[in-house]
Amino acid sequence: MSVDLNTVRRIAHLARIAVSEAEIPRLQGEINAILKFVEALDAVDVDGVEPMTSVVPMRLPMRDDVVADGDIAPLVLANAPLTEDGFFVVPKVIE
Amino acid sequence: MTDLTTLTLAEARDRLKSRAISSREIAAAHLEAIERGAGLNAFVAVTADKALRMAEASDARLARNEAGPLEGLPIGVKDLYATKGVHTQACSHILDGFKPPYESTVTTNLWRDGAVMLGKLNMDEFAMGSSNETSYYGPVASPWLPPNWSRDRARAAALSSEKRGLLTPGGSSGGSASAVAARLCLAATASDTGGSIRQPAAFTGIVGIKPTYGRCSRYGMVAFASSLDQAGPLARTVRDAAIMLRSMAGPDPKDSTCSPSPVPDYEAAVGRSVKGMKIGVPKEYRLEGMSSEIDALWARGAEWLRAAGASIVDVSLPHTPYALPAYYIVAPAEASSNLARYDGVRYGLREPGGDIAELYEKTRARGFGTEVRRRLMIGTYVLSAGYYDAYYVRAQKIRTLIKRDFERAFADGVDAILTPATPSAAFGIGEKSSDNPVEMYLNDIFTVTVNMAGLPGLVAPAGLSSDGLPLGLQLIGRPFDEETLFALGATIEQSAGPMALPEPWWS
Repeated sequence: MSVDLNTVRRIAHLARIAVSEAEIPRLQGEINAILKFVEALDAVDVDGVEPMTSVVPMRLPMRDDVVADGDIAPLVLANAPLTEDGFFVVPKVIE
Repeated sequence: MTDLTTLTLAEARDRLKSRAISSREIAAAHLEAIERGAGLNAFVAVTADKALRMAEASDARLARNEAGPLEGLPIGVKDLYATKGVHTQACSHILDGFKPPYESTVTTNLWRDGAVMLGKLNMDEFAMGSSNETSYYGPVASPWLPPNWSRDRARAAALSSEKRGLLTPGGSSGGSASAVAARLCLAATASDTGGSIRQPAAFTGIVGIKPTYGRCSRYGMVAFASSLDQAGPLARTVRDAAIMLRSMAGPDPKDSTCSPSPVPDYEAAVGRSVKGMKIGVPKEYRLEGMSSEIDALWARGAEWLRAAGASIVDVSLPHTPYALPAYYIVAPAEASSNLARYDGVRYGLREPGGDIAELYEKTRARGFGTEVRRRLMIGTYVLSAGYYDAYYVRAQKIRTLIKRDFERAFADGVDAILTPATPSAAFGIGEKSSDNPVEMYLNDIFTVTVNMAGLPGLVAPAGLSSDGLPLGLQLIGRPFDEETLFALGATIEQSAGPMALPEPWWS
């Protein structure tokens, strides 16, 4: 499989990465090189094989459903580029 | 007086304990070495004041006989470990100015045991790379001289930010490997998603171990591919790596994939006999067109283990050729999900936009480097509607087959598997083209299988190439059997003889 220019534009948008029109042909070439590389996998018979979901056979532990941390709003906001009155600030989302 | 930076971690520990040297002295000696070695670009942040304060506290504990296992030992930390109030950016521009208000579990464990932090180490951006060339902070130079280069020529090249022609220390833990090999720190933390501890260890003539998935907590490590990422140390001897890993590893309620099993005394395994062990040599690792040098090194490694009383058997791991292509689906897919958090809202870089989507897109375009953007787009594509089954699910099925290959070999009584670490010795900075990313990816061909199967893998230096550059051998173990790897690694280390690390041309 290979991607066309429109697909590159669509993937960039899905990944929320702005790309200029000038970059798109180069990205197409690179993505197609990788897709060609992974084509080797088509040769493997995977019928009846379970996809791996956990690399070590281990049950995820359960913990008590209690608050373990919190009341640290200033720390949560400490690295934000823009805050106001204890909130993150973003451009208006709802008209 | 001996140069305190040439001591091994174990030697320094013993001298600190006997009070022959002080932690302040050895920290100061390393801070001076870091300053002289600035041209290598191994450190992205030096925490000199913090180091001296920690060292003084260690000296006080040593005086009271309250020393921890790493008391007073100065180490470096890869930039992807969250260190409270200290530069933590995984060498990406998108985490510009980020200083976490919390500490990773691995570094918490190290400080608990008395280690002293010298600073943060350079790496490929978000650990995506095999040469440390994708770092926002520029490439790292290896302390090894390129073949036929004079010290003066290398020193001049190290003054430039491109470092063109100097050797790469490998990646992604390039800063960690360069700093340890150049004696800028006694040991360092690193991390390994597809070979990022083991390939740099091989390229710089030092020791690295990626432990079993779940042996170290991932809490506070900047995530790349969560089902593959694992912490581990880089050090100059097998013993030093064992000492480091014992402190780094251990249960952690903050990471549900972290193993609850207690950590053995890995150092006790160093020097343990390997007599009677069965070592597998997988024929699928003998690549077409592989250099005869690598082949000879591999055969020599097997011979050393045989001489130490182990038996060598042929094994087959038939799905080996599919590990790297499957990795380049699984890792970018997980990365595209993990790196969705960098949106210009909660931390790091923010590029203004007219609406929220534009803010995201502009921030991520400016904040991520070329390789990261490429992988995020691949990851997004293989997870997108209509392609998920063909790519991602198929790759995860192949991962099951890769793991099964190893399980069969171990079920047949094999204690560990011996392979080359890399297909070649270190290459030059700027040497591999960026037009075809696959060329760089092939560096991980021998290491990536281990991450796909969650197994432990250790690389120890085993000799020099015809150009005089270090080459390493890899040992792959059963899950949670790092001890066998330390015993076998020490045998390789001893048989190969001491690796003469390069004299400082960089100061």
